[in-house]
Amino acid sequence: MTIFAKHAPIKLAYDSFKDMGVDPLNVRFDEILSPTEAMLNGKSILLFGSHNYLGLTFDPDCIEKSVEATRRLGTGTTGSRVAFGNYDGHLQLEKALAEFFGREHAMVFTTGYQANLGALSSLVGRGDHLMLDSDSHASIYDGSRLGYAEVIRFRHNSPDDLYKRLRRLDGAPGDRLIVVEGLYSMLGDTAPLKEFVDVKRQTGAYLLVDEAHSMGVLGEKGRGLAEAVGVEDDVDFIVGTFSKSLGSVGGFITSNDPDFDVMRIVCRPYMFTASLPPGVIASTLEALSKLQSQAHLRADLLRNSKRFYDGLTAMGFQTGPEAGPIVAVAMPDRDTAVMFWKLLMEAGLYLNLAVPPATPTQTSLLRNSISAAHTIEQIDAALAIFADVGRQLGFFAADRRRAGGVV
Amino acid sequence: MLDDISAIFAEVLGRTVEISEKTSIVEDLGMDSLGVMNFVMAIEDFYDISIPLDRIAQIQTVADLIHAVQSLRSGTSK
Repeated sequence: MTIFAKHAPIKLAYDSFKDMGVDPLNVRFDEILSPTEAMLNGKSILLFGSHNYLGLTFDPDCIEKSVEATRRLGTGTTGSRVAFGNYDGHLQLEKALAEFFGREHAMVFTTGYQANLGALSSLVGRGDHLMLDSDSHASIYDGSRLGYAEVIRFRHNSPDDLYKRLRRLDGAPGDRLIVVEGLYSMLGDTAPLKEFVDVKRQTGAYLLVDEAHSMGVLGEKGRGLAEAVGVEDDVDFIVGTFSKSLGSVGGFITSNDPDFDVMRIVCRPYMFTASLPPGVIASTLEALSKLQSQAHLRADLLRNSKRFYDGLTAMGFQTGPEAGPIVAVAMPDRDTAVMFWKLLMEAGLYLNLAVPPATPTQTSLLRNSISAAHTIEQIDAALAIFADVGRQLGFFAADRRRAGGVV
Repeated sequence: MLDDISAIFAEVLGRTVEISEKTSIVEDLGMDSLGVMNFVMAIEDFYDISIPLDRIAQIQTVADLIHAVQSLRSGTSK
């Protein structure tokens, strides 16, 4: 018995992967060649498993800015902005983010995860009510536990269920904060945001939208789902990340609330951690400018996503509810998912294996994320690999139900 | 109340179950986290309450559940 004995069931489940000859946590790329290709075990492999939506990780200007800032300012800030002071870049990035979203204030965090911890633990407190979608990302659940608000979970993407639960709170004191995501990361479905806004208006709640996966992806200007459905004025807080469309790491909150800056002295996940290194800030600033100046990247991403989604759906695979940059394929059971994933990788296609409890519905998923940088040829090559492996595992045999599994 | 809860269990699990106040919801009924969530939401609908997450975490037996439902219902009817 060791202190880790309590985790034995999870370890056992993980070890069963190894018995099938796969070890998902120990995939080690020899080299990353581009946003869409890497070398793995001496062979070239297509990358369909990162959130490099706009393909900016190798953008020459972003790299140049990052290198320049690193040479000029060093590799790290080695401290929190609260205690050590601000670098010019942090303030520039906050200004650029606020301008991009058309808001007064923005605050940068060291990761997107911390941005959610910060928002959910500071915007509401004891006596307040936090209303979470049941499919929320782990950082939202974890943020809800860091603060002292009462946490109520509503059915995924159900404005009616949310409304019912807010009505039950009638007469109770305290603020209400609704938290939804623009694009949900497991199945790639979007929130019915207009309907959520109606509920917010009827009940006097605040609304926070996490646009981590939708920033740079949805909306004509890339401001996310709130822009795409035309409800930005009704969204009180937007949380987002730099580690997806912007190709680096970090997170932010943006808002029009005149008192927003008080967050800088009450928000612990902002105060008690080192700020982002200058090199990360510099590449992120440049990527944000590219996100705005190169609208064709969004069109390319949409074209690629649709081609991949339609291709898989036409083959009979069970995909998520809508075509988007995350394309999840439901597997009939966990072992088939593991085997399918292994064969894809051996055939030169890398993507994410997602098994319960990380998935929202107990379904095992093969999770693809598409990039604007994928070429049509790469999309078609990935589809061909899916077809081959599907054939090998009997997905297209007379019994079509093998490919079933309801998403 | 035990009968109502038993009926809700049966609906969520798709089979009838024998429960008493001592029944452990996770261990005795073999429910996974998704099953528990669906069950809790069905209970919430039936009694027209919302059980906050920290309260759900404290519920292990059917007796705990009955206690939580009763205290939340008396709270809302104040």
